[in-house]
Amino acid sequence: MNGAAIRTTGLRKVFGSRVAVEGLDLAVHRGEVFGLLGPNGSGKTTTIRILTGLLHPTSGSAEVVGIDVVREPERVRTRIGYMSQRFGLYDDLTVLENLRFYGGLYGLRGRPLQARIDELAGELGFGGRIGQMAGTLSGGWKQRLALACATAHRPDLLFLDEPTAGVDPAARQQFWEHIGRLRARGTTILLTTHYMDEAERCERLVFLSAGRLIAEGSPAEITRQFGAPTLEAVFIALQKEVEAA
Amino acid sequence: MSLLARLRASPFWPMLRKEFVQMRRDRLTLALMVGVPAIQLLLFGFAIQTEVRNLPTLVLDESRTSESRALIAALENTDNFKLRPEPARSRAEVERAIVAGRARAAVVIPPTYARDLKRGRGAQAQVLVDASDPLASSGAIGGAQQAGMARAQALLPAAVVRAAPVTVVVRPLFNPTLRSSVYIVPGIVGVLLSVTLIIIMSIAVVRERERGTLEQLIVTPITRTSLMLGKVVPFILVGYVQVTVILLLGRVVFDVPMRGSLLLLYAATLPFIFASLAIGLLVSTLVATQAQAMQLGFLFLLPNILLSGFMFPREAMPPPAQWIGAAIPLTHYLEILRGVLLRDAGLWAVWRQIGILTAFAAGFLVLAVQRFHKTMD
Repeated sequence: MNGAAIRTTGLRKVFGSRVAVEGLDLAVHRGEVFGLLGPNGSGKTTTIRILTGLLHPTSGSAEVVGIDVVREPERVRTRIGYMSQRFGLYDDLTVLENLRFYGGLYGLRGRPLQARIDELAGELGFGGRIGQMAGTLSGGWKQRLALACATAHRPDLLFLDEPTAGVDPAARQQFWEHIGRLRARGTTILLTTHYMDEAERCERLVFLSAGRLIAEGSPAEITRQFGAPTLEAVFIALQKEVEAA
Repeated sequence: MSLLARLRASPFWPMLRKEFVQMRRDRLTLALMVGVPAIQLLLFGFAIQTEVRNLPTLVLDESRTSESRALIAALENTDNFKLRPEPARSRAEVERAIVAGRARAAVVIPPTYARDLKRGRGAQAQVLVDASDPLASSGAIGGAQQAGMARAQALLPAAVVRAAPVTVVVRPLFNPTLRSSVYIVPGIVGVLLSVTLIIIMSIAVVRERERGTLEQLIVTPITRTSLMLGKVVPFILVGYVQVTVILLLGRVVFDVPMRGSLLLLYAATLPFIFASLAIGLLVSTLVATQAQAMQLGFLFLLPNILLSGFMFPREAMPPPAQWIGAAIPLTHYLEILRGVLLRDAGLWAVWRQIGILTAFAAGFLVLAVQRFHKTMD
């Protein structure tokens, strides 16, 4: 196995006449937390959907956990976890039932499934909420449940699409603690975010704009490269540049 | 991994379990799934009466004799006519009443009726029938002829009544009183079953798409077949509950006979339920929203009612309509339903229809699974 969790070359996706992703070359190393940044409509979600096999690229290639995801999406799917912007939870199932369902889809049964659910419930602090309907949970708890469901099968690679959008600061803090635990176990994480303090926590980042990669590197490298005090300043400057062009 | 272990680890099981839990929680939908067919059966069953009784009838008796009153009584005895209590006074009044729709038929007995009878000249009476509704009028016409014949026989001297040179004895089999509910109610089982199953199945899939859970499912290793079967199987049970409710009501309320083997009927129902659900799955791959699924589902209602033989005999249809009818699963299921329930048809009589339904079910399912892609493109 080589060191790349994700490698794309010349990835391109066109919807009708709109280009969503253009000539994207990405390399995400194993075990790192990798950030995908950019304004709305810059192609972040489309990129994640291609990498999870939800969308076929118009051209280009994408290797995920060493497997060609375009040709063999099902082989990739047992190894990855995905948390979409909409969380993908069943509102009319309880926390426990959601966990059981998603764990079960990955082949977990009986005692190993129960043990895994207990472990997740402990780490994420569900406690008395385990029997609560998912639909009645607050945003922060929904997000934690979605994360638990996406990691029930201990994936090697985790995709998080704006995982902390609309969640209060305390919940975000706890969320990142859990991300820290996953990273300590060697899980590779690719996430999109609009929060620059979250981007600072990534080992490496790329900026996308109109489907193109416009900057790449560690947070420190990027700020140095652009001579800006913060990532936020870089982000705004880059965006102005693109809009002016 | 052994086959058994692999089977146990199949994502089909959690999918199935999840569907059952969701179905149990959704009490309203569950009640609707059973309650709506029951209500519709009662509405259909009572409203669709193709044999017409009690046609409002006006009487103009210009003869006013015991003979004319005997004829009127004979007509009333057929049950086809319900005589208006106040008799008409003129032919003009009779005509006006029929044009206005206050009467659908009228009996006009001329003043010469009794005199002609006594002179042995052959008396004539007239029954006017509003034939703009052919279904209603044919019953009245038959009833009038029947009453005329009954009177004629009663009035003929005994010596004249000899054996007629030719008699055709008609024996109505299986439904001797020619009640239409006997024919209609088994059909309603099929019509309601197919339409409700198509709609609830497609909505169940489209709802996952609308709520964003389908996107999540696609990213898991669940196979298309497991996903679809997990969704289909709980609704098979719903289908059987519906069949049972409608048949029970049909038996209790409409006195529909159940002459054949219920076991055979229930076995033959499986491919029909499966075919309907597979159409529902197919519908779900063609639409984006629940409202669209509903509309497309109702699109199936009309050919189901008009072309399957549910209301109109297929023998009377032009060939193209018959071909379309043959492509509808309900057409074949109706033959099974009516055959088994009314004529005590055994497997030997309905195996062809069962085979056709099974082919439909398999075909639609393969089509649906093929059209359903585990992508969002």
